[in-house]
Amino acid sequence: MALIEIRDLYKIYDSGAIQVNALGGVSLDIQQGEFVVITGPSGSGKSTLMNILGCLDRPTKGQYRLNGQEVARMNPNQLADLRINTIGFVFQNFNLLSRTSAAENVELPLLYAGVPKRERAERVKTALSRVGLAERMDHHPNQLSGGQQQRVAIARALVTRPPLILADEPTGNLDSRTTDEVMDLFDELVADGITIVLVTHEPEIADRAKRVVIVRDGHIKDDRLNKKPAGPSRYIEGV
Amino acid sequence: MNIWMLISIALKALLRNKLRSALTALGMIIGVGAVVAMSAIGAGAKAQVEKTFEAMGSNMLIVRSGSSSKGGMRGGAGSQPTITWEDVAAIQEIDEVVASAPLLQTSVQVSAFGQNWSTSLQGTTPDFATVRNWPCTAGRWFDDNDNATKAKVAVIGKSVVTNLFGEDATEEDILGQTLRAGQIPFEIIGIAKSRGQSGPGFDQDDVVLIPVNTYRAKISGGLAQYMQGTLYVSASSRETTAAAESAISELLRTRHRIGHNDEDDFMVRNMSDMMAAQEESANTITALLAGIALVSMVVGGIGIMNIMLVSVTERTREIGLRMAIGAKPRHILLQFLIESIVLAMVGGFLGVATGIGVATYMGSSQGWAISISPDTILYAVGSSALVGTLFGLWPAYRASHLDPIQALRFE
Repeated sequence: MALIEIRDLYKIYDSGAIQVNALGGVSLDIQQGEFVVITGPSGSGKSTLMNILGCLDRPTKGQYRLNGQEVARMNPNQLADLRINTIGFVFQNFNLLSRTSAAENVELPLLYAGVPKRERAERVKTALSRVGLAERMDHHPNQLSGGQQQRVAIARALVTRPPLILADEPTGNLDSRTTDEVMDLFDELVADGITIVLVTHEPEIADRAKRVVIVRDGHIKDDRLNKKPAGPSRYIEGV
Repeated sequence: MNIWMLISIALKALLRNKLRSALTALGMIIGVGAVVAMSAIGAGAKAQVEKTFEAMGSNMLIVRSGSSSKGGMRGGAGSQPTITWEDVAAIQEIDEVVASAPLLQTSVQVSAFGQNWSTSLQGTTPDFATVRNWPCTAGRWFDDNDNATKAKVAVIGKSVVTNLFGEDATEEDILGQTLRAGQIPFEIIGIAKSRGQSGPGFDQDDVVLIPVNTYRAKISGGLAQYMQGTLYVSASSRETTAAAESAISELLRTRHRIGHNDEDDFMVRNMSDMMAAQEESANTITALLAGIALVSMVVGGIGIMNIMLVSVTERTREIGLRMAIGAKPRHILLQFLIESIVLAMVGGFLGVATGIGVATYMGSSQGWAISISPDTILYAVGSSALVGTLFGLWPAYRASHLDPIQALRFE
């Protein structure tokens, strides 16, 4: 069974006179442990696809099974439960709470998941160690570099131990060196068996994934496997 | 996800923006402070009224000569004496009446020890001490013998003591001294217990009391058969006061031969009626103050709502993030509701402290009576929680109904 199964998915925005097909019949399977990059020009529908994959939005029609559960008909509370158990989010602008320590930021999803205090502390520590920021637990976001902030955000996504991480332009606000840091971290997570779906419009990022899905005008234009994903060295040479 | 986690989330959010939280609570501090201070002052005024009447005795009646009406000219109350000393004696015989005491008074210049002072000279019977519930702190009241022999003895009030003998005078210095009222010398035999003020500017302790027969013989002349003053009557109990009141009316109407359709030529006043009237006015003031205070609490609540709405807008991305990582709409609703309740209640508690402080200061600087009851504090804190809930609902509802996708994109 695939982790993500999408069949003939439509998202139609109806603004009175005009109907916009943000997604016009998309089908896609993603297996557990895959590293998939979804890319395409702006307005292609990749963000809409991302939102539906992230259970933040519901499709107008079509099927979406996540981890064996039919998502399309769920209500907001069920979607919230599914998100908390299944998906970790990483955003372009990090979305860390300001004036709040790294540890408290990472702890946040566990509060909503109802994890007891002692276990929370352990899992926060593990997650921050995983991203190499164990010594910076007490630092506030404004005391961290952009790359470090994004790693805190990744720790926050990891702390609920989800099978899937959705990253929306995670390197959009980072320079090339920290971009490498973050991408290396994603590679390690995939090696650990976590599925990563990453949305980006940067071709260099797309080249690093095993599988690239190109979306254009609400349809999947191309879905190909990279025989030899580009390693980090490529950037170092390019600088 | 339990409520304690939500409370801790809300508290952390408030602490993350201390200045904003403090300014929001300020509105409530002022509102609740006003409520507490106002009701403390109002309740203090009411308690003062009660105390005054308590001191007079709640089963007391006052009988006075009424207005006379002759040839269409209507005089004011007591414009012509109508109650005779025989009436006074007859009232004393009524079953429900345990004691009665006439009080005649005039203003007089008294002197002692080379000091002089203008005060109220009052003639009464020994029963007055019982009727008015007014003992001596030193010395003794004059007795029936003093009255019968028209003895020139006087019981003086605290204010007279202070003004003639000074603050430091001891009882031994005063008792037995001679006090001159006009040219007539009186021996001071007692100092009456301090009763304080009754109503603004009316000092009950500024008084010299002498036996009524002495008063009639030495001070007042003229219409000797009429009692030119007030008769204080003590009913046997609070319950028989009304019966005593009607018995006195009946007796005086008969004795004065007043026809069925004619008005009384006397007045009988019931203390509990007067007390009720006074309390009524104190209550009106309290209600007025409470109204003003309520308005300021509503203003405080609107302040909270205002800041919470701003806060929801400002924290749209935070709300989107919380939703993305698993917060349900009700978690967001409760978080913002708790935030506004906490703000309102913290404001409430600080407001109670402020209100007590202000009331105490006003009490000591203005000489007002202050009464702070636990009820007021509970009410103030309770209503601030209510204000926090009511005015927090709309912002919290708005926050919980944000679309997570839009919220996350919000710049």
